[in-house]
Amino acid sequence: MQRKVRDNKAWFLVLPVFILVAFSAIVPIMTVVNYSVQDIFDQNTAYFVGAEWYREMLRNPALLDSLGRQFFFSFSVLAIEVPLGIAIALVMPTKGRMAAVSLILVAIPLLIPWNVVGTIWQIFSRADIGLFGYAVNALGIDYNYTSDPTAAWLTVLLMDVWHWTPLIALLCYSGLRAIPEAFYQAARIDRASKWAIFRHIQLPRLKSVLVIGVLLRFMDSFMIYTEPFVLTGGGPGNSTTFLSQALTQMAIGQFDIGPAAAFSLIYYLIVLLVCYAFFTAINQLDKAK
Amino acid sequence: MAEIRLKSLAHSYKSKPTSPDDYAIREMNHVWHQGGAYALLGPSGCGKSTLLNIISGLLSPSNGDVLFDGKKVNDIPPEERNIAQVFQFPVVYDSMTVFDNLAFPLRNMKISEDKVHSRVIEIAAVLELSDLLKNKAKNLTADEKQKVSMGRGLVRSDVSAILFDEPLTVIDPHLKWKLRRKLKQIHEQFNITMVYVTHDQLEASTFADKIAVMYGGQIVQFGTPRELFEKPNHAFVGYFIGSPGMNLIEVKKTQGGLKFNNTLVSLNPEMQIALDQVSTSNIKIGIRPEFVHVWDDKAEGAFECDVLHTEDLGTYKIITMKLDGEVLKVRIHEDRAVPTKKAYISFPEQWLKVYVDEYLVDIEEPEDEAKETV
Repeated sequence: MQRKVRDNKAWFLVLPVFILVAFSAIVPIMTVVNYSVQDIFDQNTAYFVGAEWYREMLRNPALLDSLGRQFFFSFSVLAIEVPLGIAIALVMPTKGRMAAVSLILVAIPLLIPWNVVGTIWQIFSRADIGLFGYAVNALGIDYNYTSDPTAAWLTVLLMDVWHWTPLIALLCYSGLRAIPEAFYQAARIDRASKWAIFRHIQLPRLKSVLVIGVLLRFMDSFMIYTEPFVLTGGGPGNSTTFLSQALTQMAIGQFDIGPAAAFSLIYYLIVLLVCYAFFTAINQLDKAK
Repeated sequence: MAEIRLKSLAHSYKSKPTSPDDYAIREMNHVWHQGGAYALLGPSGCGKSTLLNIISGLLSPSNGDVLFDGKKVNDIPPEERNIAQVFQFPVVYDSMTVFDNLAFPLRNMKISEDKVHSRVIEIAAVLELSDLLKNKAKNLTADEKQKVSMGRGLVRSDVSAILFDEPLTVIDPHLKWKLRRKLKQIHEQFNITMVYVTHDQLEASTFADKIAVMYGGQIVQFGTPRELFEKPNHAFVGYFIGSPGMNLIEVKKTQGGLKFNNTLVSLNPEMQIALDQVSTSNIKIGIRPEFVHVWDDKAEGAFECDVLHTEDLGTYKIITMKLDGEVLKVRIHEDRAVPTKKAYISFPEQWLKVYVDEYLVDIEEPEDEAKETV
């Protein structure tokens, strides 16, 4: 019989990982935590203020407005992109040359750099020279995203749908291809309707890719910055100023490092919390039945 | 109730087939009688699944007709054909319970819920799934899932044929025989035509009354397991059925019999006459390892062989021998002494088969069963 050795030497084996994680995540975050509890005037003058910045940030009306806008935007994005992405994946051809062609066409928006996406839509939507903006106005709808907050908001949403629905579509497409042919054959023999096939075969088997899709789209849209910054610059007024942009203005524009740090951490916790809630909810849904 | 008739049926996956090799199913005529238990046996890629999918309507044949009870069903989609199909990998609707799975085809047919209920309960009892009805189908074992997929066929009172496409592939060996017995039991109980595709001869012969052996897109023989064993109609059947398969030796016609290398195998006069009319050079003799006679000593007319090696398989032994350059397998009873180095064998006339262009030269009274035509 071998005697079990009880000591803490195993910790040495995981030490490299700890060091790596410390430098990649813990140190930067702790720097932010450090900022968030101090009022910094210059390199040598800083006062400890405790939770003061956090209290202030949670009462800041401008930030709360952006937070509300942000939530509304992210949920709108999910509500449109997920069903639309599934629908596109369902109608995409599966065989032959058209399958390859449609895959490339669908993937194109994903390959365009984010600031270019913003620029494209900035021009595309202009009422005077943009094809889209001009066409909408020609239909008799008064549309001008630079002056009308609703139009600006809808344009940002449309741009995001154009840019990111392909991600959901491609994820679902791959999920659908993984369903063995026998399932469809059995369903035909069982006289299942198209809806029943979708409801009982396709949707359950898309669940795992949809979890990834929903989480990715939530996180990305919740942190959206570049495209609306290029398209509208956050305006008109503050109508398209989302959280990242508000935060950047505070940290870089006004050099309010302390409050910005406090807000960053709140922001981070919200993303984490919502993702956890999504993930748990989807998993529970599965177990409940 | 259905008799399934295949009339001049052929199928090619190519849109413009040019040579016979382009066909997955070569022109065939075949009848599966109402209420029979049949197996469709053949190696991978011989066209058996294609044939099954044509019968169920998942594929439509390039040529010929499929008739159910004399009625052409080519243009009838699978959902209206009154057949059920069980696939290699169990198909269950994961998100539903076992009950809902079994009820699914009935609900799709808009049958009233109380009828659905009684029918599902009845079929679940037959399949021994009663205790699992409330469980989610996702968490079942492979054999239970396969029973559920079969159950979805059985619940429908309009189903008159069930097609099985290698249904036991993913089932654990110790459960295979149980499920196979269940199939047999259901067949007896329900008077349903069953066609069972497999590449396993043991599975085929324990399930089916009659086996159709497929090879190269054709049914080369249709008969009882015994007929396939004792009188293989095609060299492939001889080779494929039996363990080990038939010894097949390429031979040439010569004065007084058939010859390979320096060995002359003499034939009876009728066979000699039959072979006189043959012009092809593709002639083989075949004899099953079980039917090779092993002499204890040198005997008149016996061939002398070199013994290469012996495998002891418990109840029998397989001896590998070399006869004039050709390797033969011989199967003897466990109690028999194994000859060392040299062995003396002969081929009893009734078990020595001659194949011309792969088909058996049949000099006995022809039995029509084997080649039933429309």
